[in-house]
Amino acid sequence: MPLNIVSLVSVGRHPQSGRSRRAEQDGRAVEMGLKLAGQQLSVVHVGNPDEPVLRQYAGMGLSSLTVLKQADRFDAVPVLQRYLEQKNIDIVLTGVRSESGESSGMVPYLLAHALGWPVVARVADIVCVEKGEAQVLLALPRGQRRAVRVALPFIASLDLAAPPARQSAFGVGLRAKIETIESIGEVDQIRVDWQEAEAKPRAKRLKTVKAKTAAERFKAATAKPQGDAGKVLINETTQQKAQAIFDLLLEEKVIR
Amino acid sequence: MAIDWLPSVLIVTLLILAVIGGVRRANLWRAGQPEKVDIVAGLLALPKRYLQDLHHVVARDKYMSQSHVATAGGFVLSMILVLLVHVFGVSNRLLAGALLVALGLMFVGALFIAKRRLQPPSRLSKGPWMRLPKSLLTFAVTFFVLTLPMAGVLPEGTGNWLLTMILSAGIIISLSELLFGMTWGGPMKHAFAGALHLAFHRRPERFGGGRSTGLKPAALGGEVHGVAKPSDFKWNQLLGFDACVQCGKCEAMCPAFAAGQPLNPKKLIQDMVVGLAGGTDANYAGSPYPAGKGEARALGSAKGGADNVITAGLVDADTLWSCTTCRACVEECPMMIEHVDAIVDMRRFVTMEKGQTPNKGAQVLENIIATDNPNGYAPGSRTHWAADQNLPLMKDKQQVDVLFWVSDGAFDMRSQRILRAFVTLMKAAKVDVAILGDEERDCGDVARRLGDDASFQSLAKRNLATLSQYKFNKIVTTDPHAYHCLRNEYSDLDVNGVLSQGASGQAVEVLHHTTFLNHLVEQGLLNFERFSDTRMTYHDPCYLGRYNGEYEAPRELLRSLGINITEMARSGYRSRCCGGGGGAPITDIPGERRIADMRMADVTETGAELVAVGCQQCTAMLEGVVEPRPVVKDIAEILVGQLIEEVH
Ligand code: SF4
Ligand code: SF4
Repeated sequence: MPLNIVSLVSVGRHPQSGRSRRAEQDGRAVEMGLKLAGQQLSVVHVGNPDEPVLRQYAGMGLSSLTVLKQADRFDAVPVLQRYLEQKNIDIVLTGVRSESGESSGMVPYLLAHALGWPVVARVADIVCVEKGEAQVLLALPRGQRRAVRVALPFIASLDLAAPPARQSAFGVGLRAKIETIESIGEVDQIRVDWQEAEAKPRAKRLKTVKAKTAAERFKAATAKPQGDAGKVLINETTQQKAQAIFDLLLEEKVIR
Repeated sequence: MAIDWLPSVLIVTLLILAVIGGVRRANLWRAGQPEKVDIVAGLLALPKRYLQDLHHVVARDKYMSQSHVATAGGFVLSMILVLLVHVFGVSNRLLAGALLVALGLMFVGALFIAKRRLQPPSRLSKGPWMRLPKSLLTFAVTFFVLTLPMAGVLPEGTGNWLLTMILSAGIIISLSELLFGMTWGGPMKHAFAGALHLAFHRRPERFGGGRSTGLKPAALGGEVHGVAKPSDFKWNQLLGFDACVQCGKCEAMCPAFAAGQPLNPKKLIQDMVVGLAGGTDANYAGSPYPAGKGEARALGSAKGGADNVITAGLVDADTLWSCTTCRACVEECPMMIEHVDAIVDMRRFVTMEKGQTPNKGAQVLENIIATDNPNGYAPGSRTHWAADQNLPLMKDKQQVDVLFWVSDGAFDMRSQRILRAFVTLMKAAKVDVAILGDEERDCGDVARRLGDDASFQSLAKRNLATLSQYKFNKIVTTDPHAYHCLRNEYSDLDVNGVLSQGASGQAVEVLHHTTFLNHLVEQGLLNFERFSDTRMTYHDPCYLGRYNGEYEAPRELLRSLGINITEMARSGYRSRCCGGGGGAPITDIPGERRIADMRMADVTETGAELVAVGCQQCTAMLEGVVEPRPVVKDIAEILVGQLIEEVH
């Protein structure tokens, strides 16, 4: 039986230009959905069906996209909950947090709470789904992965470690059908009361670079700050040095 | 001849077969998309286009042009006379004599062609093309003998059965090639399709010494974007492919081919012919696509048809992405075929329908869409480079003489040196200049060459809207790519005529900085010290030279410094690309060599210590070559070093 997978997408925001774009993590949610369900994937957005960014998602090879139409001041969670309850869904894929709006990262949790499903946060890959159970790799810091098995249905939020979204093809996106579902929302009063202001960049400590050549400048610009985790072993015996490396590998779970 | 009626029957039969073939071939072209051409005007212009424009290109190769004039001229004349003398039976000694002369002329021409085929250069196709001179000679000899009695040289009815058999065989062999083969896909097809291609060319502006280099806008919003199948080309593009003589002049000039990337423009055009006619490339007898880093495909494995997707079996996408859009092939092609149009048409499909722009392509396009520059820099930092330049903004000035189009070089530290040098020169000449500042956007060059015409058109429209708010007479830029877009490609989208009406009411002049500086020097507004005796050469940027015909201004500027330019073997219209055009550094298709290294080898060969360029992209590519190598400098930088500033 083909999997019933829904990817939720939002309007992203480019960090440099502040312009609307396909969100990095949501794009990965669509990519993962396409990998698992192919053309059966449904992609859902809450908001304005005329939003041009939706075409960028659709350009990834979607023939249609569902929009639960409501104005910005309404909360996305209740309408999503109602929509997802009606369908027989196996997996809901989202980003970890949106790039615009409140960007609280709460949507997957609130939805899971409402639906009574587990949340699997920061997914790097969903390897396969067999007998009602998915094998999932979670992204941990420093490139580590944790393998877990999760029973369907569940909500997964995609980490930046997941495979990046494929290129969006203009023509495909242009021709995709946007199916609009009118929805009655609840005003998100907290959101409405908020004020948005431009974030002030934190002042950076000036680094004095005494480099003379381009190569030195490059080194100075790219060198990692010295952490306190490392140890320098020079005078120890070979035995001790080897032991230190071995311990580190164990600690990092490179070997078991 | 023993049977008098035989030759005329044979001639007429083959002629009829040729006509049938011609109709069939024309139907293959008609599978293409409609495109308006002025049929009558085209046909009327045909002789002039052939004798003047085409021969202008062919004459670069004196040997070949003279052989061709003799052979082709001799053949056409002979064929007309053959029809009169042998088919319509006009018995006139003078006519027969003229026929003998024409055949003689053709014979001599064909001998020279045959001679070159003894040791053909690698760029020439072999196969049936090796047979062609023999067929030409057979024609000349056969009809010469056949005409002798009519010219009164031999008595009527000379010859026995054996001679009749031999002559009949000669007629069949030669006319099969020269009439039948002309429309059924033999080497002589180039004459038939070539003539019609000249008449119905998609860029008639190219004839009579004109230039037409801007890409045509893609139609947006249809069922398919770009060219997926051969039938998505315009009908006259298909006709153009069929005109190819497989001379390989394009191949010999192509930088991607020389670098061992999987592109050979001649093979590409032949593959298009396979596509339009259906079948495989098994009969192709020229150099293949270089293997690049992958495996070379065996001949016969490329299959195509008018309604088959080209990149699914006929041409690998890597072939399309290897092109730097340098136009060296187009410049060299004696049949005036438009390779670059075809390549970009097919790229449009790969990008806008398949979403498969290779390597950094997808990232760059996404950046262009989200930030209006290919590297995703904050649009608000576009003017940082000019913080110390005291350059007025258009927003504040509203009206100036010169609008300086800064281009994306604004974000690049190396290019900024060129920008600053140019600003210094303009200030010294007291030019009334301003920049758009953060209102400027990428010109769309890269997006367009990468096949994303939607993004190009969007950028062009927004840039035009910005420009429409201000008044100015000239746009000057140091970037030949922006120069080309603004000058040749924006006009298709400039519905409000922003560029056709400047401040003074006349069309806005779009100029490259070298052209503009040269004007200033001519007006005596800039004074320079003589340049010390450094051996110097000049690299013509493709988008300045071949795209816009500006070869002289940069050279004049250098000469005004007292520099004696040592020209490279390939310079001017034959300049070799630096490898930086067409998004090639972004798609980065592997080959055996780097194009920039080959160009630097050209420079080194002249013994130059300094190579002058007029493009930030060329600067980046040539400076990317490992040292030791000659120094690379933009002309503006060289000039600024010699500038004599008046002290007040
Ligand atoms: S495309 Fe033009 S230059 Fe190239 S082989 Fe054909 S005729 Fe010659
Ligand atoms: S434009 Fe330049 S790189 Fe492209 S096929 Fe022609 S010669 Fe080769």
